[in-house]
Amino acid sequence: MEQKLLETLWGTVADVLPITIIIIGFQALVIRRPIANLERVGFGFVYVLVGLAFFLQGLEMALFPLGKLMAQQLTAPDFLAGLHPAGEAVNQLDWTRYGWVYVFALAIGFSTTIAEPSLLAVAMKAHQVSGGVIGVWGLRIAVAVGVAFGIALGSYRIITGMPLHWYIIVGYMIVLVQTLFAPRTIIPLAYDSGGVTTSTVTVPIVAALGLGLASTVPGRNPVFDGFGLIAFASVFPIITVLAYAQISAWWANKTQ
Amino acid sequence: MLPVFLKTLIGSFFDLLPIAVVIGFFQFVVLEQPIPNLMEILIGSLFVLIGLTLFVQGLEMGLFPLGESLAFAFARKGSLLWLLLFAFALGFGTTVAEPALIAVANEAAKVAAEGLVIGATDQARAEYALGLRLTVALSVGFAIVIGVLRIVRGWPVQYLIIGGYLGVIVMTFFAPAEIIGIAYDSGGVTTSTMTVPLVTALGVGLASSIRGRNPMVDGFGLIAFASLTPMIFVMAYGMIG
Repeated sequence: MEQKLLETLWGTVADVLPITIIIIGFQALVIRRPIANLERVGFGFVYVLVGLAFFLQGLEMALFPLGKLMAQQLTAPDFLAGLHPAGEAVNQLDWTRYGWVYVFALAIGFSTTIAEPSLLAVAMKAHQVSGGVIGVWGLRIAVAVGVAFGIALGSYRIITGMPLHWYIIVGYMIVLVQTLFAPRTIIPLAYDSGGVTTSTVTVPIVAALGLGLASTVPGRNPVFDGFGLIAFASVFPIITVLAYAQISAWWANKTQ
Repeated sequence: MLPVFLKTLIGSFFDLLPIAVVIGFFQFVVLEQPIPNLMEILIGSLFVLIGLTLFVQGLEMGLFPLGESLAFAFARKGSLLWLLLFAFALGFGTTVAEPALIAVANEAAKVAAEGLVIGATDQARAEYALGLRLTVALSVGFAIVIGVLRIVRGWPVQYLIIGGYLGVIVMTFFAPAEIIGIAYDSGGVTTSTMTVPLVTALGVGLASSIRGRNPMVDGFGLIAFASLTPMIFVMAYGMIG
C-alpha cells in the first residue's frame, strides 16, 4: 500500500513537472522577480501534490473497484433478467428495462461531480470574485444536476442507439438560445463549468458505465458507442448553470 | 492553522458524503450484496478525505496566489508577446503529459486500427496516439492564447464560443464517423485538476489587473476555450489522418 501511494505520488509529480518547469522558467527568465510569500506558496504547492496523490490512491482503493463493478452488474443481462418475472422473455432493446441504470447514472453523475476537486476550485474562485453573490454550493449543485441529467440521457442514447451528434447539437442550440437571455456576468462561468466537471472522479466510473452498457445492449459496439458520455456531461452543466442564473435573476426581480 | 484545517476537513467530509450514500444504496438495496474488502475501502475513504482536504488547503495557499502573481507580473511587464508565449506554453505543457489524455489517445488508436483507418501494427497505433496527443496539446495551447488575448482586448466571450460550437457542428458533418465520439470526449479530458485552478487564477488575475476589465465577465472562460478547441482539432486530425 505504501508503495502504491508512493507510485501515485511519483505519477502526480511527473504530471505536474511540465507546469513547474514552465512557471519557474518564465519566472526566472522573463519576469525576473521573486514570487511574493514564496515559502507559503511552495508549501501550498506541496500540499496540492500530496493531497492529489492521497486523493487518487484513495479513489483507486475505495471508489473505483466498487463503482466500476456496480456499473457492470447493473448493466449485466442477468441482473436485467432478474428484475422481470420468470419465463418472460427479456427484450434487451426495450429502453424501459434499464430503470436502475438511469437511477444509477443520475445519482453517480451528481455525487461524483460534487466531489470533483477542480469544480470546487472554480466555485471557490467564483464565490470570491462575485463578492459572495454566487454560492459555492449553489454553483456546484447546478453543475451536478447538469452532469446527472447528461449521464442519464447519454445512457438512454447508448441503449436506443441514436447518433451522438444530434443530442450534442441540440444541446448547443439550447446553450445558444439561453446565452441570448442569460445575465451577462454568468456566461463565461457557465461555459467554464462545462469543461471542469469531468475530471478525476467522474470519468473512470462514467466510462465503465458507458462500456458496460455498450457491451450488454445487442447491436452496440463498445469501441464506438462507449465514448460520448463525457461529452454529454460537458454540455448539460452549461445549460443548468445558465438556467440557475436566469432563475435567480427572475426570482430577484419578482421579489423586489 | 488547525481550526482552518478542521473546517476544511469537515467541508471535505460533506463533499464526499453523497458518493458514499449512492454507493451504499446501490450495493445494499439494489444489488443486495455486502461490501467486499471493507478494510481497504475504509482506508481508501480516509485517504480520499485527507487528500481532498490537503488539496483545498494547498489551493488557497499555493495555486491561487501563484496564478494571480503571474498574472500581475505579466500585466506590469506590459509585454503581450511574452504573455501569449506563456499562455501557449502553459496550455501545451500541461496537456501533453495529461494521463487522461494519454488513455483516451491509446483508446482512439485502437478504434482507428479496428476501423481500418490505420494499419493494425503497434507502430502505427503508437504514431497515431502520439499524433492525437500533440494535436490536442496544440489545440489547448492555442485555446489559452485566444482566451488570454480575449481578456486583454475585452472581446465578449459568447461570440467566440458560439462561433466555436458552430465550427464543431459543421466539422461533425465532414469528419469520419469513428472519430466523432473521441473528439467530443477529448474536450472534457484535457483540463486536469492541477491546470484548472492555475488557469482560472491566471484569467481572474489578468482581468483584475487590466483597467476596464471585470474579473467576473472577463476573467472566466479560459477553460471553456480549452475544452472547445480540442474537439475541432481532433476532428480535423481525423479528416487529414
